[in-house]
Amino acid sequence: MSDSDSEVMAEADGFVSALNMPDVPSAKLPPHLELRKTRVLCNVDAPHNTDTVQYSGAYASIGVDNSLRFDDFCNNFRVEVTRLSHEDMEFDMVGIDPSIANAFRRILLAELPTMAIEKVLIANNTSVVQDEVLAHRLGLIPIKVDPRLFDYLSENDTPNEKNTIVFKLHVRCEEKGQRLTVTSNELTWLPKGSEFLKTSESLTSTSKAETYTSFTCSQDSLPEFGGNPISVYPDITIDKLGFGQEIELEAHAVKGVGKTHAKWSPVATCWYRMLPEVVLTEEIEGKKAEVLKQKCPANVFEIEDLADGRKRATVARPRACTLCRECIKDGEDWEKRVSLRRVKDHFMFTIESTGALPPEVLFTEAVKVLEDKCELVISDLS
Amino acid sequence: MDPQPEPVSYICGDCGMENTLKPGDVIQCRECGYRILYKKRTRRIIQYEAR
Repeated sequence: MSDSDSEVMAEADGFVSALNMPDVPSAKLPPHLELRKTRVLCNVDAPHNTDTVQYSGAYASIGVDNSLRFDDFCNNFRVEVTRLSHEDMEFDMVGIDPSIANAFRRILLAELPTMAIEKVLIANNTSVVQDEVLAHRLGLIPIKVDPRLFDYLSENDTPNEKNTIVFKLHVRCEEKGQRLTVTSNELTWLPKGSEFLKTSESLTSTSKAETYTSFTCSQDSLPEFGGNPISVYPDITIDKLGFGQEIELEAHAVKGVGKTHAKWSPVATCWYRMLPEVVLTEEIEGKKAEVLKQKCPANVFEIEDLADGRKRATVARPRACTLCRECIKDGEDWEKRVSLRRVKDHFMFTIESTGALPPEVLFTEAVKVLEDKCELVISDLS
Repeated sequence: MDPQPEPVSYICGDCGMENTLKPGDVIQCRECGYRILYKKRTRRIIQYEAR
């Protein structure tokens, strides 16, 4: 390496660099190494320096400690919310390893529980949509209820008010020559549980007829749901009925996670991208500035009027950069003028909730899941 | 065989009208004269997994 060569040279001259003094730890890396450590360089051919430097002694030879310290993390880590509504959110997460940012994304997609329709009891379906397809469509409807209020229904459990939500759907097209669109609004919550009776030989022997659930009390008598009936996401088309066609069914929703089936995923999707950094390595003035502004489809560059009448290109909106590389495609001289980079530890996270929980709650729940996983590892190792 | 065959209701394939037929009846819709009638689905509950 050229760095170590120069150090040897310096020592030979009798000059000891501050970097080589054992008692003076240098906190800073030289700029070219700092760039390789913290930035992905997006060149025309391929991205460079995509890996992160993990090893604590990676820069030991030049006296820089690369170990990750908890205090440093606490000081550097920050979260800034840039957009927040009841169903989607965008925020910047800065000072974290990509593996952990990705862990949050994967937990959000696959490991946070929600309630979703799992069992469909069909009494009548004369519509053109087959029972199986209808059941599948019902399963994908988001249910607006906090899953933390429910338990998982395991194989040997009987469905009760703590683990099951029952919905009823009974529609019939009565108008001749008309098409009736059945939407998710028609699903009505049955707080007292299933209304369908089990047809079995025991019907005569037992005094009370059995239904498909065994609720001990009505769910609307519970304080959580008292003035707050459980509903599903509205205006989703389930089916279309012709004259005389009818659907009568009950749908039982249970708690589950996205890795079992995507219908339990609490997010429509969730993704992140690294913060783009666009650097003009030389002054771009006059006609070239105009050309550069025209090249960018994301409108990253702006033209600045200087006091003496000259015009200069500036990077006005680096966050809008989509990394299309249009600005560096036309020849080597453009590649030299513009440097496209990504900040390795700065993530622009987007969460789109399906409506069960608000996105900010989803993220804090994801953090708790990761915390539990870490505790599990620690207890397994100790 | 049952002693008294009950009238069974069928659904017209064209207009969707309900027709009750006894054994020996002509298979034809009373409303529109269409000759394809469908038997009604069972009232028994069928359970599906929503996957």
